[in-house]
Amino acid sequence: MSDSSEVKRPALNLDASSAAAPSAPALAKEDRRAAASGGGLAHGLAWVRSWEALLLVLLVLSLALGSALSPYFLSLSNFSLLISDMMEKALMALTMTLIVIAGEIDLSVASILGLASVVLGYTWSHGLPLGLAIVLVLLIGALCGLVNGLAVTRLGLPSLVVTLGTLALFRGLAYVVMGDQAVSSFPPAFTNFGFGTVPGTLIPWPFVLFVALALIFSLLLHRSTLGRQIYAIGSNKEAARFAGIRVEDIKLLLFVLSGLMAALAGVVFTARFSNARADNALGFELDVVTIVLLGGVNIFGGSGSLPGVVLSLLIIGVLRNALGLADISGDIQNIAVGALLILSVLGPNVVRRFQEAASRRRAAEKGPAGGPAHGAARSVPEETGAARAREGGQRR
Amino acid sequence: MSTTTTRVEESRRRALSGGKRLVALVGRVRELGLIVVLLAIVALVGLQTPRFLTPGNFEQILLSIAILAIVAVGETMVILTRNVDLSVGSTVGMTAFVCADVLKNHPQTPVILIVLLGCALGAVLGAVNGLIVALGRVPAIVATLGTLYLYRGLDSYIAGGTQVSAYDVPDSFLSLATTHILGVPALIVFAAAIALIFAYLLRATRTGRELYALGSNPEAARLAGLRAERLIFLTFLLCGLLSGFAGVLWGARFATVDSGAATGLELQVIAAVVVGGVNIFGGSGTILGAMLGAIVLGTIDNALTLLKLSQFWLQAIDGAAILAAVTLDALITRWLQRRLRSGRQR
Amino acid sequence: MEVAAPQAAVPVIELVGVSKRFGAIQALKEVDLSLYAGEVHALVGENGAGKSTLVKILAGVHRPDRGLLKISGEAVELRSPAQAQAAGIAVIHQEPTLFPDLDVAENVFMGHQPRDRLGRIDWRRMYREVEQLLQSLGVELNVYLPVRGLSVADRQLVEIARALSQDARVLIMDEPTASLSPREVEELFTIVEQLRARQVAILFVSHRLEEVFRLASRVTVLRDGQRVITAPAQDLTPEETVRHMVGRELAALFPKEEAAVGEVVLEVRHLSRAGLFRDVSFQLRRGEILGLAGLVGAGRTEVARVLFGIDQAESGEILVDGRPVSIRSPREAMRYGIAYVPEDRHQQGLVLDFSIARNITLSILKRVARFSLIRSRQELKIAADYAERLHVRGGRLTQPVRALSGGNQQKVVLGKWLATEPRILILDEPTRGIDIGAKAEVHRIVSELAARGLAILLISSELPEILAMSDRVLVMHEGRISGLFSRAEADQEKVMLAATGQNRQSR
Repeated sequence: MSDSSEVKRPALNLDASSAAAPSAPALAKEDRRAAASGGGLAHGLAWVRSWEALLLVLLVLSLALGSALSPYFLSLSNFSLLISDMMEKALMALTMTLIVIAGEIDLSVASILGLASVVLGYTWSHGLPLGLAIVLVLLIGALCGLVNGLAVTRLGLPSLVVTLGTLALFRGLAYVVMGDQAVSSFPPAFTNFGFGTVPGTLIPWPFVLFVALALIFSLLLHRSTLGRQIYAIGSNKEAARFAGIRVEDIKLLLFVLSGLMAALAGVVFTARFSNARADNALGFELDVVTIVLLGGVNIFGGSGSLPGVVLSLLIIGVLRNALGLADISGDIQNIAVGALLILSVLGPNVVRRFQEAASRRRAAEKGPAGGPAHGAARSVPEETGAARAREGGQRR
Repeated sequence: MSTTTTRVEESRRRALSGGKRLVALVGRVRELGLIVVLLAIVALVGLQTPRFLTPGNFEQILLSIAILAIVAVGETMVILTRNVDLSVGSTVGMTAFVCADVLKNHPQTPVILIVLLGCALGAVLGAVNGLIVALGRVPAIVATLGTLYLYRGLDSYIAGGTQVSAYDVPDSFLSLATTHILGVPALIVFAAAIALIFAYLLRATRTGRELYALGSNPEAARLAGLRAERLIFLTFLLCGLLSGFAGVLWGARFATVDSGAATGLELQVIAAVVVGGVNIFGGSGTILGAMLGAIVLGTIDNALTLLKLSQFWLQAIDGAAILAAVTLDALITRWLQRRLRSGRQR
Repeated sequence: MEVAAPQAAVPVIELVGVSKRFGAIQALKEVDLSLYAGEVHALVGENGAGKSTLVKILAGVHRPDRGLLKISGEAVELRSPAQAQAAGIAVIHQEPTLFPDLDVAENVFMGHQPRDRLGRIDWRRMYREVEQLLQSLGVELNVYLPVRGLSVADRQLVEIARALSQDARVLIMDEPTASLSPREVEELFTIVEQLRARQVAILFVSHRLEEVFRLASRVTVLRDGQRVITAPAQDLTPEETVRHMVGRELAALFPKEEAAVGEVVLEVRHLSRAGLFRDVSFQLRRGEILGLAGLVGAGRTEVARVLFGIDQAESGEILVDGRPVSIRSPREAMRYGIAYVPEDRHQQGLVLDFSIARNITLSILKRVARFSLIRSRQELKIAADYAERLHVRGGRLTQPVRALSGGNQQKVVLGKWLATEPRILILDEPTRGIDIGAKAEVHRIVSELAARGLAILLISSELPEILAMSDRVLVMHEGRISGLFSRAEADQEKVMLAATGQNRQSR
């Protein structure tokens, strides 16, 4: 029995007499072997059926759509443009991924972006050196994040409501600073960072920034102790707290990071368009949330990956670019984005319901004798898990 | 022994009635608080600008929030069940444009048909939300964020960059928003009637109470045999229908409609509902409260205009109002829990 | 072994040969059970014996894989809780599931409110009827009060009133006294007697035998999902019943090694937290197992939470190694070498979606990381080490703990805390809901840990466990310490008297 665990797990012992069966050491040894060989074939197979694989297929499909829609689509300069257009959302998606995995949400990011852009324009046009202005703006972004974070962690308010409030508040403050005015003259060195490319290539400078940050965030989320704690918080906040994880402090940190990143995105946006206006990036939060959810991050926290989010970023970017080349306006592109968002949650839900119905039928036919071991995970009478699934949440 | 028993019972009874008073007080605190805030604003602004206190201005305030209030009635019902509908702004925008556009192309269409068309379109959009959430088990916030995009996109697609202006539609349509019923602007009458009807239904029907039950404890609702899917679908359907009606009125009131109409309305609606004391996690709150919330926000906006403060403050104040309302709620709840705990002191 | 029906010939409700299986776990196997009008039928068994599965089948939550459910002699199928209710079956839960925002009357009548001819809810009639209903039970409860804030006992009354308002013929009480004070238990029993007189069939699920033998006319014992015996209560003694429940001698269950008890590592002085516990003082020594007994709700878990820094005490002192300390978070508690295995395994003990390995290392991430980056090989090595030591079975280290049985899950929780190398270990109901074999293993592990010098505070509601495992037994009653017994002094009766607060009056 101890040797067969690769294929079918040893049955759980209910019988007290066999309680001391000697299977544990064998199991542990096997785990060490598996760890040493690093997963192998089983791991690869699992990946093929993963959400990321599905996203890859979607990406290929949208690339195909793009080349079908326009002859200009498959050109380096277009890709450069496409990537450039995604940069602000891409930056904000990095922190949003962490926040959603931790079980919260930040809807105020686009408003912080707008506020940052306006403050940058205002202070620079009033004589502050640009470098100082950028530092100031980043500080303000962090401060905005701090406001969100404190309201969520110290007052215990739901982040959805808090950031819906600050979505209006921060955007409102942007209007207070500059009204409907705009600042559109910035030094060339600054705007060059915005729409310039790395010399000799078509790689936009902001993209370099994004790649660097994406690598750091991947490491942070998937390899670091902080990342592990973020997953634990999102999966089960209380258990995380009981394990000695500083749940509230980590959440606060994430909101501050999110504000900081949104402000950075504001700087990039201002540089790219050489334009500081209060309505900059209006509604971007929807795109960012869509990117994160389509990327496979569970809206209730606890699961998701940055590679998935980057893939989803590319899908949305390619899709918007392709539709744009076909002269389809941004608003109408939203049909595709909105549908993708819904399908990315609805699809897996529907599939799982069919699977569950099928396995119930199978179980009913088979009778009580059979029953695969892995069924235990799903059908053990746990009210909490079932209730959570019923309320519509879990996927993957 | 018997004396201890009676003493225990007495103290228990006292705790009971004390608890009742406490809870009843807190239940009313939100609505009372709003009225106090409202009176304070009225008094303060009234001292500065006497024009604020004229009946004409009050009518103006109510007019400015009437359409929003109709949507807020629907949103309240959705939020009571622990869901949220973010797509209402897009629904209003789409029905406003479609109705105006139909009139532009067929000016002879009777207004009543247009109203029905708007309601039906809104109901369909709401039903789609309801299906995705209730049957597809997609969290409401995700589903309606998606349809917010989707409906707005469809609206743009239908509009194709065109707009309908006041000259394109018959006066009979525009008069929907300008006529008076018994001396009161029709918009206000519509909003008040809808609010009263639904407030009554929530109180007087089993379904109405079941919405509260579902939001208060979904698991208990299931055990009590309530059909959660049907209830959730129903609230989204009604919210869509009311948004559809609001869309028709939007078209009539603003006359000039393009595909951007009512963008961001969802935020104001949710602000009104939350400020009005409806718990964002469902189970408690009233339509009356939501209406008060809308009136308070409308009054603030109006006061700002009269005080010649920049219009640019409006949005910031809406946001601050949401934050203030939920913070207050949290503090009250915390205080109440502490009181109840020490009330059970051994 | 079946005995004749006390009254009517046809049982109100009957289970015939019912089996139910969850994955690899055979929860029920060929179980027969009959309930007659006007009888109180006790269903007893250890945790994991299948009691709650049986209750859920009767309540329409689960459907049996095999076997029949008969109501008044006719086979029926209950597909949902609503159908069970329509069939006249009501369940009173240990923790009532009600609508906290709604008032008592609405909770009673939700879904079947009285209506007038126009279909509107007749509020006045509703309040009147609920008041009458509660009066007929001899209960005083304000029907206008929101349920949020009511005590567990009062909420149970609301559930009972709800059952009666639906003319329930079968009332299933699932461990109803677990969270009640003795006073409240007495009140509940009065009501149960009344219901019996009204010809309601009552299934009383409990593992408190003194209650069972006071109330029940018949007793059914479940063990490992099978029915062991059904007999009239007067034909059974508590000792026999325990033997049927356990199926072996008590002594074999709880191996306790002798350990050298050393110096005081943890001392608590006059610790209080408003409304929860008051003036709690005790000492805990190296190598000692200090049992903390008491009824559910006596304040034991609340004390543990304060010791672990989850809640803060309002007054009093905590001393570790004789030095006063302030513990404001679990992190600080861990710094003082305190570990806490919480009572709610799924909500507090584990991240169910995490693998065995990740759960074990969750509290020692620093130790498996270099420059804050986790080294997975190191992680697996440490996890394998603890999984091996604790005999965690049923899954590979990289599989989610969700799929494990309760006993193995508990061993993972233990492993997680042992990995922090604590000196003080607080165990809160460590064997709740796990099967007998795993239970014995947990006891063996705990005893070994004490032998190696850990100071252990063992909170348990199972007296035999407390008595067998503890060097000393501390008893709490309604938030206060009501007794402290040495191993030699402690017996079932003394501890129970202290736990119910009766020892003080007798003095």
